[in-house]
Amino acid sequence: MPETLQFYLFAALAIGASALVIGQRNPMHSVLLLIASFGALAGLYVLLDAPFVAVAQIIIYAGAIMVLFLFVVMLLNAPQEDAHKDPFALVRQSGLTRVGAVLALLLLLQLSWALLSVSGLAGPVDAGGDAAVVSSVPELGRVLFTDYMFAFEATSVLILVAMVGAVVLAGRRENEE
Amino acid sequence: MIPLSHYLIVSAVLFSIGTTGVFLRRNLITVLLSIEIMLNAVNLSFIAFGRTHGTVDGQIIVFFVMTVAAAEAAVGLAIVISLFRHRESLNPDAFTALRW
Repeated sequence: MPETLQFYLFAALAIGASALVIGQRNPMHSVLLLIASFGALAGLYVLLDAPFVAVAQIIIYAGAIMVLFLFVVMLLNAPQEDAHKDPFALVRQSGLTRVGAVLALLLLLQLSWALLSVSGLAGPVDAGGDAAVVSSVPELGRVLFTDYMFAFEATSVLILVAMVGAVVLAGRRENEE
Repeated sequence: MIPLSHYLIVSAVLFSIGTTGVFLRRNLITVLLSIEIMLNAVNLSFIAFGRTHGTVDGQIIVFFVMTVAAAEAAVGLAIVISLFRHRESLNPDAFTALRW
């Protein structure tokens, strides 16, 4: 089945690239791997009949947000982590950090257990609903500008606040120098 | 075809990878990247559930999450630049001015 094959290919790509993002010492490599992970996720969105979100994922996430990250990594020019060049430094860190790793593993086990114990999730993902409705952009726009009108307007205020905040935080003040 | 639970398990694995990154990494930029991974894991869940229910609401929530992620990246990176200017370091352990 090609669709099953595609799902496992994209899922493995997304998980593998994300795991490598965590493992890299160079933030530049991390950002580039995260772009690959977002591309694989866009593939999963296409499989889920959400082509518009897949395109937005590529343009906004992999395009705009990751370029912002790349820009800051290049601007700060601090590629290596401060720690010594030990490939296993992640494993032998201080006790509290190790507790964090164990907690993250516990979170994964807990989430998997919860997902496996809830019934009704085993059915095929495209069982209910019409693919033509879910993947239609006009329907998306109609719902966005009617049911979610207030959230949409609130989002524009959020972006304005974030823009002002970024300028205030990162802008260099003349009187301080 | 593919069960809903498979998508949710991929999402759970991605979320755990993001959590691990926030816990383990000692680099502010990588920590922000891990938060992006977690946001994307949640996006995958939203779209999978929306597809199962046959509505576009899940996709609309994903648009809002993307907007919040963009705002968070802008403000977070501004804070990182500002911190780097003061301490010449990206290690979160270097910023202990408020610790007692």
